[in-house]
Amino acid sequence: MNIVTKKDEKAMIVSLEGRMDALSSPEFEKEMNGLVDKDETLLVVDCSNLEYISSSGLRSILTVAKKLKTRNGRILLASLTDMVKEVFEISGFSNIIPIHSSLEDALADL
Amino acid sequence: MEVLTFPAVLENLPRFVESVRAGAESFGLNRKKVQRLELALEEALVNVASYAYPQGTGSVEVRFECRNESDFVVEIIDQGAPFDILARTDPDTTQDIDERKIGGLGILLIKEVLDHVDYRREAGKNILTFTLAKEGM
Repeated sequence: MNIVTKKDEKAMIVSLEGRMDALSSPEFEKEMNGLVDKDETLLVVDCSNLEYISSSGLRSILTVAKKLKTRNGRILLASLTDMVKEVFEISGFSNIIPIHSSLEDALADL
Repeated sequence: MEVLTFPAVLENLPRFVESVRAGAESFGLNRKKVQRLELALEEALVNVASYAYPQGTGSVEVRFECRNESDFVVEIIDQGAPFDILARTDPDTTQDIDERKIGGLGILLIKEVLDHVDYRREAGKNILTFTLAKEGM
């Protein structure tokens, strides 16, 4: 999975491309934790090119979200594709991680 | 029936999933179901890789075939300690961020995304069977 980060005036925008599975989730978690450690505590994740997520991906997102909460930060997700959205709904994650239909909407929610 | 056997380590995950996906696509399983199958496969294989062989590594066998022309059936077989994934309690998906625990989601996803899932213990092996019907969504 490709991870590209871009600093926006309101938040750090993280663009994911590919699949977040058991092999790629640790890298995602490490990179997000690195951002949080550098005081980037507003993360908006653009999922428009994220094709797939498994429970490993959900676990990484939850770990990052819990860490951000302790720092009064937030993580928001934008533009989830069908299967990814389904996984979020089944797991109940759609109720605990803010999800927006577009990057613009996510940034407006900050 | 196609049979694949690999060491049960995470690095082999993509290879397994790719082979089963190719089989499912030739069978004519629709795109949504193929995606769900890939997910369930990963969750099952990660479980085997993580928990089946605490003493070291072992192998996992994946078999797949079309049954009755209507169902695509996958069996995931390991020789680890008895582990009935269907007997596990699901995580509480209504808890908030502070209460949510990190584990248990893989099994929940397996149970929710397939048309049918079965577990049996036979001759020292755990056998998990996934069934997806060609018909329906």
